[in-house]
Amino acid sequence: MLEALEGSAAIARAVARCRPGVVAAYPITPQTHIVENISKLVADGKLQTELVSVESEFSAASVALGASAAGSRAYTASSSQGILLMTEVLFNISGMRLPVVLTCANRAIGAPINIWNDHSDSMAVRDCGWIQLHCADNQEAVDTSIQAFRIAEATELPVMVCMDGFVLTHTLETLEIPDQDMVDRYLPPFRFDRMLDPKNPLSLGTLVGPEYFSETRHLAHQALMAAMSTIVDVDREWQDLTGRSAGGLLSVEGPENARIGVLAMGSVVSTFREALDTLKTKKKAKLINLRAFRPLPDQALRDACAGLSDLVVVDRALSPGFGGILGGEIKAALSGMAKMPRIHNVAIGLGGRDVPLEMWSRLLDVPTEDAGFRILDLEPAKLGDTP
Amino acid sequence: MIEVRIHGRGGQGNVVAAYLLATAAFETGQHCQAFPSFGAERRGAPVTAYVRIAAQPIRRRCQVANPAFLLVQDAGLLHIPSTLEGLKPGGGILVNSPHSSTELTMEYGRPMVAVPATALAQDILGRPVPNVALLSAFLALTGMMPASALIKALAHRFKGDVLARNTRLIEAATTQVIAGAWQEVAHA
Repeated sequence: MLEALEGSAAIARAVARCRPGVVAAYPITPQTHIVENISKLVADGKLQTELVSVESEFSAASVALGASAAGSRAYTASSSQGILLMTEVLFNISGMRLPVVLTCANRAIGAPINIWNDHSDSMAVRDCGWIQLHCADNQEAVDTSIQAFRIAEATELPVMVCMDGFVLTHTLETLEIPDQDMVDRYLPPFRFDRMLDPKNPLSLGTLVGPEYFSETRHLAHQALMAAMSTIVDVDREWQDLTGRSAGGLLSVEGPENARIGVLAMGSVVSTFREALDTLKTKKKAKLINLRAFRPLPDQALRDACAGLSDLVVVDRALSPGFGGILGGEIKAALSGMAKMPRIHNVAIGLGGRDVPLEMWSRLLDVPTEDAGFRILDLEPAKLGDTP
Repeated sequence: MIEVRIHGRGGQGNVVAAYLLATAAFETGQHCQAFPSFGAERRGAPVTAYVRIAAQPIRRRCQVANPAFLLVQDAGLLHIPSTLEGLKPGGGILVNSPHSSTELTMEYGRPMVAVPATALAQDILGRPVPNVALLSAFLALTGMMPASALIKALAHRFKGDVLARNTRLIEAATTQVIAGAWQEVAHA
């Protein structure tokens, strides 16, 4: 049944459908409404869960870690500086192979302080060993949140569901929350073989010296890479059940014979989908929506880019001193292709700068400009005389 | 697709107004999208919120640069040039103001419709929150949907006496404007 719901309220409802045993979170804009709504569901008796109020994001992640190790389905959510404060624990969660699910309501990182949306936060924890899935709209965010528990528990890897702060979290729109029976059929109760149990003692996260550390890193990498097929299977099964795909590893739209591609992640994809269908442009282009940033689906990316002469990679974050983070990753992933497209990398929409529909046409002009990485929607007049 | 921009100050229920209008549209079987553009998160700071209503699913997520309608919850914001920026030619401006439509139109040199939304709300709800009265007047002007859709949207948030008072406020605000005066703009 369709409803008109705010993104955050929808995520809270979707998470509640997954029957988490423990929810721990600390409020930070723009994530706050998610946890507020979960708290309301608990207060209204609509969700039975251990809701733990903590004093920081470090503790929120720590509670989720402990709860998961104790065999409970654990959920948390954060944004920006909150994600940074969790960072040490995020590495521990993945290192201990605990299937925690976290919603990252994507927001810029200060200084200067900025509460608005870009991808700086999830990019800053790129290497923490979590699966990272991006959502183009709130329906995908709802569906991905439910899928995330399936993926996490099947792979024993934590999953970060990345949804753009404000642009998705604070947008009320028409969407569907799957009913409880359907989610129960899709997501069986959590059974954890390595659950901490006094009757069967084991240690997690113990000291590992040089003689075994490389092997643990190898296994972590292998587990993430192997998770690709799980992400695809779990989404396919969801599609069979609901008629909706949340985008697999990536999805491609637009004319088959287009020679230009635009690759992006998150809510700008939704705007570009409309632009692709409705804007009259001289150039034909494909839109590649990268849903899985970790694991990065290198083979699927090569397949998606076959036949392209130029690929414009749209970053929503940058690594100062390097350039676009996604751009660098895509170059690496496509290198060695027989006919590798020319890759052009721009950042747009940093710190909440609006990405208008017309940005699509602007992106299609990028291949002719040959200007290297840059912030495409920069307004140079605002730089003044700054050296 | 109809695009609306709401201007107000933090604490005036701008985001709620956007959500209510979108939900009312949803109640009449349409697709909707509503979202805020916050500045600093505090009372009194200018806040903008956007609403899109369409028969088809809405995919664009950019801010509304060229609305067909402006709802202005605080007439003081008319002094900020960006408030009126981008309004479509022939678009409607609805302002919460104790002054008459003629007075506002003379002062700002362009057609505006005034509704004493704060006074109506103070009188009927006992609280100076202009959003519901302004939305009610807007629905009456455009004929986009019946007042019952707005009442349904309110029923998701309120019940009992509060809902009853809001329903009375909707009825009172409807009579403040010429029904259907913006019908053509709404269907353009």
